[in-house]
Amino acid sequence: MFNLDRWIEMFQTLSKNKLRTVLSGFTIAFAILLFTLLFGIGNGLKHTFERDFAGNAQNSIYINSGRTTKPYKGLQSGRKIQFRNDDTKFLNEKFEEEIQFFSPSIERFNVQAIYKGEQNRYWVGGVYPDYQPLEEAVIQDGRFISVLDVKQRAKVITIGRLVKKDLFGNKNAIGKNISLDGISYRVIGVFTDPGGDNDERKIFTPFTTAQGMYSENDELDYFGLTYNPKLKVDQALVFSNLLTKILKEKHNIDPRDQGALRVYNFAEGAKGVQQFMMVLNVIILFIGIGTLVAGIIGISNIMVYIVKERTKELGIRKALGATPSSIIGMIMLESIFVTALAGYLGLLIGVFSLKAIGSGLEEYFILNPSVEQYVVVGATIILVIAGTIAGYIPAKRASRIKPIVALNDE
Amino acid sequence: MIKIEKLHKSYPIGKDSLHVLKGLDLHIKEGEFVSIMGSSGSGKSTLLNIVGLLDGHDEGKYYLNGQLIENLDEKKAAILRNKFLGFVFQSFNLITYKTALENVALPLYYQGMGRKERQVIALKYLDKVGIKERADHLPSELSGGEKQRVAIARALVTNPKVVLADEPTGALDSTTSGSVMELLKEISREGMTVFVITHEEDIAAGTDRIVRLRDGVITSDEKTKQKVNA
Repeated sequence: MFNLDRWIEMFQTLSKNKLRTVLSGFTIAFAILLFTLLFGIGNGLKHTFERDFAGNAQNSIYINSGRTTKPYKGLQSGRKIQFRNDDTKFLNEKFEEEIQFFSPSIERFNVQAIYKGEQNRYWVGGVYPDYQPLEEAVIQDGRFISVLDVKQRAKVITIGRLVKKDLFGNKNAIGKNISLDGISYRVIGVFTDPGGDNDERKIFTPFTTAQGMYSENDELDYFGLTYNPKLKVDQALVFSNLLTKILKEKHNIDPRDQGALRVYNFAEGAKGVQQFMMVLNVIILFIGIGTLVAGIIGISNIMVYIVKERTKELGIRKALGATPSSIIGMIMLESIFVTALAGYLGLLIGVFSLKAIGSGLEEYFILNPSVEQYVVVGATIILVIAGTIAGYIPAKRASRIKPIVALNDE
Repeated sequence: MIKIEKLHKSYPIGKDSLHVLKGLDLHIKEGEFVSIMGSSGSGKSTLLNIVGLLDGHDEGKYYLNGQLIENLDEKKAAILRNKFLGFVFQSFNLITYKTALENVALPLYYQGMGRKERQVIALKYLDKVGIKERADHLPSELSGGEKQRVAIARALVTNPKVVLADEPTGALDSTTSGSVMELLKEISREGMTVFVITHEEDIAAGTDRIVRLRDGVITSDEKTKQKVNA
């Protein structure tokens, strides 16, 4: 029941006892503020990891070649392993079942790209159409490299969003010609990539075009593939081990040689990242709960102190005809009002601080620090309830004290 | 107005209990101005607390305004206090952060009276005790005599049946004490029952009837000469 007089009485008590009001309000506001900030920053860390480990299909495997580190079958160590087109064919036939997308690739670093006055250096990859799902590239404009492009050795490229921004600004890039190390290519598409800036500064060209760019041969640099997503993590690891073993046999590499073939299975990484994220989540949760508990203890202490301090006043009120329930009601109304208001204030300050931080802490691995609304509102409600209970217990006790005892309390 | 029969009260002290009131019989009629005299430990404060419904009794009967007081829960006691009783304490017991006017109006708040009405009535009673112009002052800005006047106004504001005063002049100098006693006397002349507890002879002498208490029993109960003169 709304009772204006009660509220007037409450506002009077609160405003005439400013120190007390501010003290209890501050505890709550500060607890919520800390909670919001810590939680937000924790989430920022999480966002950074999510971003850095996203960007490639989670079921992907990349195979690079290097030099042998062990002699094997009469061959010396330090021999360079070179993938060739027959490896592509070999893998394709051997693992038809397991492989989902598959693309051999040729990569060139620091290729000079010129369009009219603008120029910059980029990574250029010669790939098959299957590379698009591997990279999780999303076409923004135009199209990706097609089967026909590969077959025709077309001099076409699909460029990353940032390449387009660097060279074309806001203008249309599709159909324009870019010079890559002096050879002219037509832009057929622009893509975006959740992997971020690095992945959006890439240029893709048909595999066959790249293979013939510098010299006519059948060499290639690495393979990218995704395995059938139905495979479980363990099965995927078995698959990649088998893949490695067979490829080592084909190239006469010692099975124990770690340097000649480098196989990156994202399943392993994904497992690690998942574990790390879980630990991070637990830490964030721990911090959050810790802050809340500290806040609850703080507000409980203050409420006990406040009621203790008011014992005499409550005794006077009782002598003048205040019933126990009106005493409890009064204290509860005050504590709920103060904690709710202060909690909301702390919440606002916290959320605005996080907004203000924004991307300012990105170099410390904190990206978009933010909190889900329900988390903070929930935390505030918990503190309000805590404040209420913390107020209720001493209020209940105070209401039971015989007025004469309370009056003698000096 | 107040009728007490064979009243007993003891307080537990550890495992033992201290028998404070040992079978009191007392009858105070409406409009009487009575003082309870006794040294400390005589049981006079205990008696006042029981009469004032601030504390319960163990044995015997207590009628307030004809109503038998028994099995009183806190809520009923609070309502009866508010309706029938007004308190004046030695240490004034004003709420420090409320002005004189707000202190006086507080019992009316607990009666559920509207704000404007409360203030009008409270001001009337402040006027009655002669400190209307101090209405907006906090207790800390008032002298001892003024504080006690505010407390008396607060005790009267609900128009109770009985005013209970516990050493009302205990914290005041003799001049101020005199004027406070005058005020209480005036109130009793208007027909209100006034019940004063004191250990000072001259204060007791200012009342109409003196009840002497010693070790929990009434040793004497006599009318003062003033009553005869009046």
